[in-house]
This record gives sequence, C-alpha cells and structure tokens, in this order.
Amino acid sequence: MENNYDVIIIGAGSIGTPLAMALAERKLKTLVVEKGASPGQGQNKCAIGGVRATHSDGSKIKACLRSLEIFSSWREKHGDDIGWRRGGYLFPVYTERDEAVLKDLLKVQRGFGLDIDWAGPEKVRELVPGIAEKDLRGGTWAPGDGSASPLQSVNAFFRRAVKLGAEFQFKETATGILSGNGAVTGVLTSAGKYSSAWVVNAAGAEAAEVSELAGVKVPVRPDCHEAGISEPAERFFGPMVVDIRPGDKSKNYYFYQNPEGQLVFCLTPQPPVWGRDRRSTSEFLPEISRRMISLMPNLASLKVRRTWRGLYPMTPDGFPVVDFPPALKGYVLAVGMCGQGFMLGPGLGQAVAAHIAGSPSAEDREILAGFALGRSFSGQEKLK
Amino acid sequence: MERITEHPILQPEARPPVNFTFDGKPCTGLEGEMISSALYANGIKIFSLHKKDSSPQGIFCANGQCAQCSVIADGLAVKSCVTPVREGMKVGTLRGAARLPRAVCVSEFGRVEELDVDALIIGGGPSGLAAAAELGKLNVSTLVIDDKDRFGGKLVLQTHKFFGSVEDCYAGTRGVDIAEKLEGQLREYPSVKTWSSASCLAVFSDKKVGVLRGDKYYLVRPKALISATGAREKSLAFPGNTLPGVYGAGAFQTLVNRDLVRPAKRLFVVGGGNVGLIAAYHALQAGIEVVGLIEAQARCGGYKVHADKIKRLGVPVYTRHTILRAEGKNGLETVTVAAVDEKFRPLPGTEKTFKADTLLIAVGLNPVDEFHAQALEAGMEAFVCGDAEEIAEASAAMFSGKITAHKVLKNLGVMVSPVPQFWFDRLEVLKSRPGAIGTPVKEKHSTPVYPVLHCRQEIPCNPCVTVCPRKSIKLSGESIMTTPFFSGDCIGCFKCLLICPGLAVTLVDYRKDPVNPSLALPFEIGRGLVKKGDKVRLAGWEGADLGEAEVLDVKDFKAENTLIVIVKASPETADLAVSIRLYDAEAGEKASEELKKAEDDTIICRCERVSLGEVRRAIRSGLRDLNQLKAVTRAGMGACGAKTCSSLLLNIFRSEGIDLKEVTGFTKRPLFVEAPLGVFSGVKCSTEAEEKASWSGF
Repeated sequence: MENNYDVIIIGAGSIGTPLAMALAERKLKTLVVEKGASPGQGQNKCAIGGVRATHSDGSKIKACLRSLEIFSSWREKHGDDIGWRRGGYLFPVYTERDEAVLKDLLKVQRGFGLDIDWAGPEKVRELVPGIAEKDLRGGTWAPGDGSASPLQSVNAFFRRAVKLGAEFQFKETATGILSGNGAVTGVLTSAGKYSSAWVVNAAGAEAAEVSELAGVKVPVRPDCHEAGISEPAERFFGPMVVDIRPGDKSKNYYFYQNPEGQLVFCLTPQPPVWGRDRRSTSEFLPEISRRMISLMPNLASLKVRRTWRGLYPMTPDGFPVVDFPPALKGYVLAVGMCGQGFMLGPGLGQAVAAHIAGSPSAEDREILAGFALGRSFSGQEKLK
Repeated sequence: MERITEHPILQPEARPPVNFTFDGKPCTGLEGEMISSALYANGIKIFSLHKKDSSPQGIFCANGQCAQCSVIADGLAVKSCVTPVREGMKVGTLRGAARLPRAVCVSEFGRVEELDVDALIIGGGPSGLAAAAELGKLNVSTLVIDDKDRFGGKLVLQTHKFFGSVEDCYAGTRGVDIAEKLEGQLREYPSVKTWSSASCLAVFSDKKVGVLRGDKYYLVRPKALISATGAREKSLAFPGNTLPGVYGAGAFQTLVNRDLVRPAKRLFVVGGGNVGLIAAYHALQAGIEVVGLIEAQARCGGYKVHADKIKRLGVPVYTRHTILRAEGKNGLETVTVAAVDEKFRPLPGTEKTFKADTLLIAVGLNPVDEFHAQALEAGMEAFVCGDAEEIAEASAAMFSGKITAHKVLKNLGVMVSPVPQFWFDRLEVLKSRPGAIGTPVKEKHSTPVYPVLHCRQEIPCNPCVTVCPRKSIKLSGESIMTTPFFSGDCIGCFKCLLICPGLAVTLVDYRKDPVNPSLALPFEIGRGLVKKGDKVRLAGWEGADLGEAEVLDVKDFKAENTLIVIVKASPETADLAVSIRLYDAEAGEKASEELKKAEDDTIICRCERVSLGEVRRAIRSGLRDLNQLKAVTRAGMGACGAKTCSSLLLNIFRSEGIDLKEVTGFTKRPLFVEAPLGVFSGVKCSTEAEEKASWSGF
C-alpha cells in the first residue's frame, strides 16, 4: 500500500528533519508530515546557530558531541555548505559567583570528556578583542564547539533525507494519531491518512497539542526569545559569546559572528514571555543594545539588519523529553528541546533512529536516559 | 558628470563648497549634499565592490532603501544616498564587508524617549502632507515623519506641472512648488509637528512605532497611524542589470532634479509609463541626450501628452520593444534592445545596440505597505493613503491623504460625519487610468486668435478650463476626464499655454498677419536654446515633422518658468504644430551576432548577488517556498529586506509555469532599514579616531 510507512514524523524542523535522515539511512520507510511549506519553517529558522557540547549533563553533552561530529564533517562528507565554523564557546565571567558556578560545572563537563577549560582574562581578551575589561575574571572556553547555519543545515539534512528515500508532505497538518490495541497505526492529516507502526512527535513548539492527539500529556510550553542579525563586517572575533549575567529585563544573551561576517544575537527575556506570539516588540532592541554594547563597545556602530522572535519549547526542568511512552506502543516523543533543538537534532536523530530500528548502542541508551517522560522534572538545567 | 548650473525650471541654490576625499583623491561637494550626489558630481560612479564577487556597485534607489550605494565614510560603512558629505570627510570604496571601527569606551547610555500623539503619519510626500494639513485644521496632535532631509516626497523631483483639477490638487502647478506649498501650509497648524530625516524602523506588536530621527531613537505611541509611505520602483531582470549606470528613474530624478547633478551624457529609458516618460523629459531639461525609450506594450501606458512631449522633441519611442542586455566593463557602455512579438518574446533580427552611459528602469511601482501591514497585525488604528494604498498620480495621492485624514478624524471622535461620498467619487476620477484617444481634426475658427488644444486623450485634468479668463475653454463632458474644446472668444493671453501640464496648447494668431499667422508654442527645455531669428523644425501629432519655421520672438514667463516661442507659421501648419523638434533620432547599430550573454547570470537579488540561474535551479528542484529559497540561495537576505527581489522572484516562478498560488511568500520582519545597534540604547561611545584626535593637541 502506498500510504504505508515504517515511521511517520510529525514536524520537519530541527528534530524531525535530521531524524528522517537517520531513519532513512537505516532503510526505514519514513514520512515527514509538516504544516509549513518547507523544512525548518517553524522555530528552526529562528535558531541562532550555536552548536555546543558545553552542557551540564551527560545526555545533552553526548547528544551534542554527536551533533558536532555531524555538523563539522558535513561538508567533507556530503559537499554542501552548511555554514559550519568551529569558533568555540566562551562564557565570559565578571562576578565571583558566576566564576564559582562555572568552575564547578567545569569538573562535571570535563568528566564527560568535554574539551573545556578555564581561560584567564588575557585569553578572553585575545578571543574577543574589545571585550569590556573592567571586572573581567576570565571565563570557560570550549574550543571544540561551533556554529552552523540553521537554514542551510536543515535544508542539507532535508536533501539528504530525500536522497535516501524519506518522503515529506508539506502544508499538511497532523489532525489525528491513529491507534489500535494500544499501539499507533498511523496519522491522519488535513490531506489524507497514512499508516505506520511508529509515530514520532517532533512538533517543536506545538508538541503538547500534537501529543494530545496521542492521548499522552507532555509538559512542554513555549516561551519567546528575541533575536537579531546585523550587517556583515570583517571578522572581529571568533567564538559564540554567552553572557550569563542578568540584565534589567533579561537573563542571558549570546552572540557570534557567522561566516558571512554578520552578528547573530539572542536574548532571554526576564520575566519569561510565555505563548506563541512571534511578533517583534519594542523592548528587545533597547535591552540587547545596552547589554551587548556594555560587553563590547565596538558593536555600537554595527547596523542591525533584522529582528525576530522564536519559541523555546520549554519543559519544567529545562531538559528535553525524548521517550517511548509505554501508554501507546510505537509513539515516540522527541520534544521539549528548550531552544536547543538545532544543536541536539542530528545527535538525537541518530539515537532515536537506533532505538526505533531496535539496535541502540550503549551510548544511544545513555543519550535518551536523561530525557525520560517519567522523570520528576524537579531539577534545573544549569546552562540553559 | 557635472553640476547643472542652468536649468529651465530649477534654480541652483548657492551653497558653500565642502572638501572631501574619495580613496584619497580630493573632491568637492556642496554643504548638506548627500555623499552619493557629491560623488556623481565628481565623476565617481562606482561606490563599492561586492563581497561575493567584487563586482562594481553604484547607485540604485538613491532613496535610502537598498544599500547598494554604501561607501566607507570616516571609517564607517554608510548609505551614501542618505549621508551628507562633511568638510574633511574621508570617503572610500567599500570593499567587501566593512571593518568595524574600534570604540574605545562607552561614556553613557541614553533613555529611549516615548512619545504620545493622536496621529502619526509615516511619510511626508503628497498624501502624508495633505493628510497632516487636514488634521492640523482641527488641531489634532499630529507628527509627520519623513526619512529625507526635505519634505515633499517625490514631489520635490517633479519639475513638470501637475494634472488633475485646480481646486483639488494644485493642477497646473509644478510638483516642486506643490511640495513647498504643502509644507508651508503645515506651519499654520501648531498641532502638527514635522520631523525630517526621521526613518520609521518598525511598527511593533506593542503598538509602538520605532522612529530613528538623526541618531536618536524614539518610540511613538499614536492613537492612529497613517502609512503614507509611497511606492518603490519595480526592478527588471536582464543580463547586466546591476552594472553601475543602470538604475531606477527615481534615483535619476533625485540626482538631476533634487541635487542638480548631471549623472549622464547619453540616457536610455526602459518603460513608457508616466515615470519613464517624465524621467526622459527631465533628462532633456537637464541637458542630457535621450537616446531612446522602449515600451513592451503596443502603446505607452503613461499620459499621451507626456509621450508626445518627448516624441516631438525628437526622442525615439520604441513600443513593443524589450531590453535584451546592458553591457560595459565597469559601468554601462551599451544597451541592446529588440522588438517583441505578441507574447513579448524578442524577434530575432530586430536587435539594435545603442551607446549609452545610463539606463533607467521605469517599469512600474509597488506600494510600500509593510508598516501598514505591521500596524494592522498589531491591532492598531491603521490607515493608509497615497501610493502605499494604490499606485496612482500624485494628484490622487493628495486627495486620498485628505480623505484618509477625515477617516482618522472620525475614528478619533473629532468629527462625527462620515467622509462625503462625492470625495471618493472624485478620488476615483483622479486615479483614472488614461482613456480613449481621439484624432486631430481640422476646425474652422471664427476668431483671428485662438488656442489649439492638442489634448486628445481622456485624462483627469482641467487647468486650461479653470484658467481661461473668457471661459472659452470647456470640457466636452461633466467629468474632468473628458477632453477640452475651445469655443467663444480669445484675447491671446497665453494663460492656457502656460498652465497646461502636457504642453499641449498652442496659440494661433492672425491679428498681425492675416495670411501667415504667428504660432505660440510653450517650451521648457532650456533658456538660450532657441533665439529670435533661428530657424527651427516644427513637430506635430505623434512628432510628425512639419518643416522649418522662423522664430519671431521668445517670451520668458518667469513666474511660470515657461518660455513661449513664437514662430512664423503657414495656415497649413499653424493648427498642427505643437512643438519644436530639437533632436534627430539615432538608428542604433545592428547588434553583434555574438551569442546572448548568459541569461543565467542575470542578478535577481542585488544585495546578495543571487543569479537567475541559481534561482531557476532551485525552483526546478521543486522548491515552492520563498523562505526556503532564501535559506538555500540567500536571495532576499540582504540589507534591503527583499524589497527589490520579491516581485522578480515571483516573476521567475511564473515564467517557470508555476501557479503563484502554490508559492509561499516571504515572512517579513523588522527592521525596515538597517540601523546602528548603538542608537537603540542612545549610547555615547568614543572611537579610536576621536581618541586620537583629542590627544593630538599634546
């Protein structure tokens, strides 16, 4: 039957697209159903592009180390440019407290095999010439991290997935997850009906609503972050810079210079802005301007080209939910990426595909171990 | 490349010179002049080398909208068309991405000022100014912002007299003069504030409007927002379309009529709408040779009187022609055109090549409607008028501004009664597309002196009727769309000649010589071109050559800025001649047999230099979402925010046989134009250069 698949993925975004690629690589007949007109039209295109293994827990670190491997070798293996650049991640530190927190984390991170170290103020200044020097104590420096273009990457993954035989249906909204005898049997969409033994919810910011179609509650709720991009300038610094200090109306913010020379930046509002409204507000630019220029006065004359808002599908503890809920056999959750879907996507895709194919490695299991739906959600991610 | 020191309509203002350098070479500009115009006046047409392929970039919109005119000025990358040149400024070619200047320290941050007004009008052109006046009359607190340093919008570029009706929209008055009148009128209304050099950056979802005035950023909270943002020019895809020297008619008019810079010696125009026809006429007034004008349709879409004006002067107008390519090394050298068949396909063997240093693209306008869309999305009381609502003549824009202001007055509760229906009817008339064309008829005249009205196309216009002191010029119907006729007596006062925007009225006078009458012709190409005693060639209907005539007198009507040339005519030609022919048409050279320059290299997205080939390949691979096209090719990702390439991209889908219903449009996001990060926090920084300067005294 034509409409028969091994796996149906709902969502062709940061998670669904690389997962489709990983499944197709394992010769599983895969269909991706996407309500947008092309891949990455949900939150993927709002992503900043940072790819780091610098996290605070083993599952994310391992998933992202795999992602890093995929991003960094992509061009060599597949020929297309995805804007990958190994610029490293720098968390500059200006307070005693932040120094203590990050130095504590260093031990954990290094324990997982991360290439990360404490950099003194001089090293920080060398990495980011022109960074504010007053009270600069140093920072953590992970040279193996980097960045890639979300737009180019998702399209590269899409092309590869299609080449390997995955199918995509765009402008189709999933309206039902079909089941029988406690197991999924397929997906109903605005345009038709498709059968499969596996259905993966990779619906990003819409994950909770989509999961209701399967009768499985997931604690995912989007909040909104604002971002922007500048005109291009000759390269003046290398790494992704993450300033974790709180501001007047914001928590952290981060920025880097992409291969075109454009500054891409993003701010976490405080208090959080819950909901799906993605229209730009007047608050963002004044706040990010003051904060970034305080950190790097050079940026004052750089022209802002465009701004946008993107949704972080948040979970109560800041960690994703990637699981096979026992309530419905064949239903897979790959949701709640908390704004890190782009960097987690390729690594998680491999791990989830391995599980679906029934041959997960020990590491595949470790990756998913931290993301169970049944956990207490009482902890807090330290490096959101 | 030089300054225009003599112009039939415009008087160059005496302004102090400003010395600056370009790539180290000394140049002279004028105080307050934009860098782009100063560079053109100094013969510099290449402003930057593109970061992708180092191709030379010159002026394109001259309107602050694209960033193609970017240069380095005192260490900063700026848009040269909106940055005034300053004494001692070091200007240089922008090569690839600019180097960010080092700021030494932050001295202080400012506060973003928030401002409450009843009405905010974005755009101080004809519709915006007209709306502001109506609001001012009823003392409504109004702020009008315009991104230029002068109000009037495109009116300030219009040296020709306006159509329409005298009572509704200053018909018969020149655009430049209307701009002054409209702005002057606002000074009578204390509730209206005007900000020039103030760009709208975005209308935010929290109903605040971000405005950058100079380098100070404001958030304005209006009760009603009027988008009077005008239009932008459509672009055209053909090989060589981004060569320096190929640009829009608006940019040309800015250089010539606003800044009195002569950017060209030999000009070619694509597009026979009013914009293209008028631009050609403006070129002639500026002493620029117009080599030709092409129009793809069988007839020029603009007013016939505009087309006739240039035809009679001798400019060849090629209808059913298309542009094949523009060529040149570092700038435009030749233009190749060809005739087209019914389906607009070039006909082999009809190719002609003309030498030209400038090619104007005047192929229509699109509304600038982004702010209005954002305001609606934000749930604001949003209004729109002028070209931003619907592309039409400036006369219609003024009237639509007035109507929109009344809608706002009603909305604000200032006025109770709705906008009268007859206003809308009148607006419809002013917006009318030109109608039927009649043919010349020989009439018998009973008076020894009489005007001949060579106005035979239905257009919304009536100044001749209004101005005749004997009320002898009447319309053939009730609407101002109908054509005028003469009946009654005539005192030979020249008023109808002087006011006619189409220069389509002549005066035949048998009073002195009952056999060979004198014929008075309006002329506004240049003083001194025609003198008493000269032999001139007369041109009639569609530019027909009517032979030679002797100039009897040249009268200079200073107030109207129009010359009247009186020639000795014969009874056979007197009623037919409309103008003096100044130029002979060039035939062009047969185009070389060399293969068509790779069409695939045609640039579609100028900012990111994405070619037709790249776009076609993407479309042929199945891509139907402009956002994905952008992700894959970068088309639409540049500084202009896809303002130029959007419609071109849709055309490519169309030409590939794809139904546009299948195509998903671009997601539009702020900002409208780029702005330095520092302005949003009012930061005061000292730069390396300033630091050095402040220490140089030691």
